[in-house]
Amino acid sequence: MQPRSKLVMSLEKTSVPNSTHIIKDKVVISDDWTVLRLNEGETPEGVAVPEGKIIVPLKVWQAQRATLQGRQELGVWFASDERPEALKDDLAPFKVIAVDFPKFADGRGYSIAYNLRARLGYTGELRAIGDVLRDQLFYMQRVGFNAFAVRADKDIHDALKGLTDFSEKYQTSWDEKNPLFRRAKRETVVTRD
Amino acid sequence: MYRYDQYDHLIVKERVAQYRDQVRRRLSDELVEDEFRILRLQNGLYLQRHAYMLRIAVPYGLLASRQVRMFAHIARKYDRGYGHFTTRQNIQFNWIKLEESPDILAELATVEMHAIQTSGNCIRNTTSDELAGVAADEIVDPRPYAELIREWSTFHPEFAYLPRKFKIAISGSEQDRAATAVHDIGLHVIKNEAGEVGFRVLVGGGMGRTPILGSQIRDFLPWKHAMSYLEAILRVYNQYGRRDNIYKARIKILVKAIGPEEFARQVEEEWQDIKDGPSTLTEEELQRVANYFTSPAYETLPAADAEYERLKAEDKGFANWIKRNVKEHKVPGYAAAILSLKKTGVPPGDITADQLDFVADLADRYSFSELRVTHEQNLVLADVKQSELYALWKEAKAHGLATPNIGLLTDIICCPGGDFCSLANAKSIPIAQAIAERFDNIDFQHDIGDIELNISGCINACGHHHVGNIGILGVDKDGAEWYQVSLGGAQGNTSSIGKIIGPSFSAHQMPTVIDRLLQVYVKQRIEDERFIDTVRRVGVTPFKDFVYATPIKAGHVTGEDVCA
Repeated sequence: MQPRSKLVMSLEKTSVPNSTHIIKDKVVISDDWTVLRLNEGETPEGVAVPEGKIIVPLKVWQAQRATLQGRQELGVWFASDERPEALKDDLAPFKVIAVDFPKFADGRGYSIAYNLRARLGYTGELRAIGDVLRDQLFYMQRVGFNAFAVRADKDIHDALKGLTDFSEKYQTSWDEKNPLFRRAKRETVVTRD
Repeated sequence: MYRYDQYDHLIVKERVAQYRDQVRRRLSDELVEDEFRILRLQNGLYLQRHAYMLRIAVPYGLLASRQVRMFAHIARKYDRGYGHFTTRQNIQFNWIKLEESPDILAELATVEMHAIQTSGNCIRNTTSDELAGVAADEIVDPRPYAELIREWSTFHPEFAYLPRKFKIAISGSEQDRAATAVHDIGLHVIKNEAGEVGFRVLVGGGMGRTPILGSQIRDFLPWKHAMSYLEAILRVYNQYGRRDNIYKARIKILVKAIGPEEFARQVEEEWQDIKDGPSTLTEEELQRVANYFTSPAYETLPAADAEYERLKAEDKGFANWIKRNVKEHKVPGYAAAILSLKKTGVPPGDITADQLDFVADLADRYSFSELRVTHEQNLVLADVKQSELYALWKEAKAHGLATPNIGLLTDIICCPGGDFCSLANAKSIPIAQAIAERFDNIDFQHDIGDIELNISGCINACGHHHVGNIGILGVDKDGAEWYQVSLGGAQGNTSSIGKIIGPSFSAHQMPTVIDRLLQVYVKQRIEDERFIDTVRRVGVTPFKDFVYATPIKAGHVTGEDVCA
């Protein structure tokens, strides 16, 4: 049996000052969800999942499904190397699904989010967690994220500006079901100088 | 050529504002360098040995004269009076100040240009055939498709943080002039038996430390499905490409690891869900873009101009230039003329501000105000009247742009190398210059004929050394610069990767090494056989044996490590 002491558990809520706020649906709101991350030595089977609004790693959900599935307020998060298909036909238990960005340059989370929305039909809160910064928010909201737990040391109100960097886009993604050429009347403007 | 409409203008304008704010936040330390580096790279700004380098996108190599004049202006105002055309048809400036880079982008936007995704682990500028639209051997003009890919790939939200950089090349001719086999995706625009247009799709080609030719994963993709199919390839790569090792992160490694058949199967599976979705191209959209690439107002001219023929017979210099630098055109009485940026004594691909202004003038006067950049780092005036070639040659010659060496020994592809690039193990430009000086005699070069000599200063292979008939790679040995030589590489329809001939050489030995290789060729060749054909027929051994037969005077070894 793994230790169940709360002391060895990393709770973002208590360890970082800014995480009581997130961006959701384009506004900064206070947030009382806690992200559970496994510390060294902890296992998905053995880790204690505290009561309350908690977002557990996918592996913890898979290992402790029997005890977790009755909870009213449960979230789950994907690591960047995990597959969204793991929750195929299994989205109902979750109030929140989060995708972790271990480094902002790790772009796998964009495809995970897109697939959760487009392929698995997830319509609830989709939250980016981890190395979440202003300059990636525009792309993140395009692929289907609607909530952003901005990295704690950054100004969340400044990050909010990242959502409006562009007012137009060429291609489809989750946010735009049609590419520009189907949405706008584009005409050949000039042919030769 | 393509012109921005209000949407293109809006997106580029908002990009300039976004980037300007990123620079402001970096300068005020709101962004740390680790965060900013990836942002600036996605905008083509590299930190090099001495300053920042800014790489500007030249979409599929096409330029208007007003854009070339803007380069001249940028060279004078923000750089040291020159620029450098790259092997991916872009231009870069090597002496840029970070603080001024947003202003450069704002100036570029006024001529419908930008530096979006010219670096970083994202989809880069799509490259194409420099003779697109005019080549006599063209099946389908690739430019409208290249533009559609440009728009699709620009700020694609899902594919901005890929495992590694991603390069697409597209060609629509019998002869592949876009090096499609060494790109992450190579597209050949073709027609099927019913006359419908589509693409042959290659994936997983590339150079770097693991050179591989692309594998065909689809023999005919109907053009309407181009975007959804590209999306499927990119989504598979984004999820499964390796991220644990930068040298194993390109798509070629993934394709090699699971095999092209399995990769194709995964793409197909991914594609089935999005095929026929809203990304499917429409006739109307293709037409909107194709309208920009209609033929200019060609005159009806005789196929052969009598005065031109006379001058060619009389003037050997002109005839040499015609033979090497002028290419066949699909319209009678016209020709495509290549301006060589490989004059001996000048770093390959470099061009001064005055030359930029001058070539813009030439484009206005001789070629409907347009220019193209080749991946061999030269410039093309694609629509010149045969009757005006002589006048053009005289003018180009006076400005050092008429060296009759296209496809010859001194038309060297060369990366900026250790003089500029912080990745380089060795200098490359001085090697190119030493070889060019040694074989400056143009009659000798014409006698040697078609040969591709490519030089890279490091394993990243920006100088395409793997596909050079003779490839030279700069390597670091105990702090000194050495050069590894390979033979038998080729680009185009019969692409191949060169084989290393043996131990590396010092910089001073290189001209003699090349000389010995050429001696073997001259001895072994049968009639008009090209260098590459001789290498393929007799193999590498006779070349290797002769090069290493007797010691070559090493001279001073460059880059000596005094502490050793």
